[in-house]
Amino acid sequence: MINKAYLLPGMPHPLLCPEKSSAYQKLRQAYERVGAEIQDSQAELVLIYSTFWPSVIGHQIFARPETTWTHVDEEFHALGSIPYTFQMDEEFGELYKQQCLARNLHARTVNYAGFPLDTGTVVALKLINPDNRLKAVVTSSNVYADRAETLVLGKAAGDALEHSGKKAVALVISALSNRLHQGRVTPEEDRIHSLKDEEWNRKFLEFLEEGRLEDVAQLSRQFHREARVHKVNNFKPFWWLSGLMGQSNRFQGEVFEYQSVYGTGAAVVGLEPAAVAARDLEFDEADPDVYAGERNVLAVEAGMEPEPEPEAQNV
Amino acid sequence: MKQGEIVLGALAPHPPHLVYAENPPQNEPKAECGWEVLRWGYERLRKSLAQRKVDVLIVHSPHWRTMTGTHFLGVEHFKGLSVDPVFPNLFRFHYDLKVDVELSRQIFTEAQGLGLEVQMMTNPDFRIDYGTIISCHLSRPEWDIPIVAISSHGLARYFNMEVMQAVMLKLGQATKVAVEKSGKRAALLASNSLSHRHFVVEPEVPEDMSFEHIQNHSQYLWDMKVLDLMKRGQTQELLEIMPDFTEQAVAETDGGSLTWLLSALDFPTYPAEVHAYGSVIGTGNAIVEWNPHNRQVEWNPHNRQVEWRAQGGAQ
Repeated sequence: MINKAYLLPGMPHPLLCPEKSSAYQKLRQAYERVGAEIQDSQAELVLIYSTFWPSVIGHQIFARPETTWTHVDEEFHALGSIPYTFQMDEEFGELYKQQCLARNLHARTVNYAGFPLDTGTVVALKLINPDNRLKAVVTSSNVYADRAETLVLGKAAGDALEHSGKKAVALVISALSNRLHQGRVTPEEDRIHSLKDEEWNRKFLEFLEEGRLEDVAQLSRQFHREARVHKVNNFKPFWWLSGLMGQSNRFQGEVFEYQSVYGTGAAVVGLEPAAVAARDLEFDEADPDVYAGERNVLAVEAGMEPEPEPEAQNV
Repeated sequence: MKQGEIVLGALAPHPPHLVYAENPPQNEPKAECGWEVLRWGYERLRKSLAQRKVDVLIVHSPHWRTMTGTHFLGVEHFKGLSVDPVFPNLFRFHYDLKVDVELSRQIFTEAQGLGLEVQMMTNPDFRIDYGTIISCHLSRPEWDIPIVAISSHGLARYFNMEVMQAVMLKLGQATKVAVEKSGKRAALLASNSLSHRHFVVEPEVPEDMSFEHIQNHSQYLWDMKVLDLMKRGQTQELLEIMPDFTEQAVAETDGGSLTWLLSALDFPTYPAEVHAYGSVIGTGNAIVEWNPHNRQVEWNPHNRQVEWRAQGGAQ
């Protein structure tokens, strides 16, 4: 089961140079608050979905028992190096993969020395779990996946937790708006890239603070159009998280901090299961339980009906 | 000092599959075979490169993606392990390479003079991106020529293709001027595929060629159109259709490598030599060479046949 979920930003500044601005310092403190909560919780596992780790071949699950490296961010290399040693839950990673396969997802575990863990994951684990008291498992973000596939990926994570009997905290590592400043910006000058990005971030945070996770998930496409640089086909982390946590608004939210890091929206937010839903709305999007693959909508000839979708697609 | 010159330009894509299939000692995974047509194309490029007595390889890689301007490697020696985050099962490569920092700085200075946002990367812990490594290895597996590595400024996604191309035109010219001032003989490598829609599943044996084909026919048609323009020496037209090609073929030209190369070569009107074309996990890849000493050669569809006959080939 999931004890609690968090949204964490992944930029390296709060780890490598918190002293350079009060914004980075506040984010650093928010990470540390989350770290303290996690360490005090009954959780046995940190389950991560990182938008900083793109994949192409299905879904990759990093599950190397112990991994050591010195990481340098490809963009902010001047801020310094990040040496790390992390411990992963290999057994849970394998179980997660099996549950993905059972839901018709293409998935594999990754267990190679020197595998390049992404900056977001490295920063988060360094700040919230510095002593490796909890083991982690990290999931990639497939660049082509859309809502159905990502939702099913979240459900598979829930299946794996249920089978394992473990208690976990879930982390989605992602910026809200993700547009960086294009030129040199000093930490004192750092601000959200545009007013439009700022307004969308605030709207998302308002929903999250009210515990409206499924509402946020349903807004993801709109958010992607309005506030994201289109590096991948959609904004997916809340689909994964909502799939994992039951697709509802029954949460209590807390915004620990919200600041800009080099123009991006960096928010630290907590979500805890609650007895009452913040909003109880009707949702009309499909709720797939298995991934049925891509549908060919271009090659259907006149008079030929497309292949029916699997039964489970319409559950 | 004698004026330097660009003695060769090449489209040199970086599928890790090609290194994997070649089984160099630096790469941990081993293959039985695979993607031979493309690898034979690289063999022809190597022969051509060897004849030009090159002092430096300058590579522009879409897999060192930076959002805050163009970055250049600024450390003389790198040694480490590169693991492909997307295909870690195929590419875990131990690299040991030298950087021509002097020329890096010269290009940096010229680009800065043209108003571009630029940075030198001086962190010795930095891990070299696999695009740079693969293009360089396949072009010159001896690793006996120093390199200049240039990041891909992510402007196409941040703004649009036109903005990206405008900047790459300047970067190409900055590269050309810096090479000329350096007195060196440089080969330029644009490290990108053409069409770039992948399959999202992989056969159990990755080198099983019975699974390999282009992802879709429209991609293939676009790739052939682009190669035809290259062979005809119509690179200005290629520049003009690059935005449409990139969008409709999901081409990796969004990284700017090809535009940078064509600009540095002053938009060749002479024919390019297509050494090979083939697909890798559905993407379209071509190894194409421009020889600036062919400036006076005009495109003629029968030229090659005439040459072949003159050399005693069958009638």
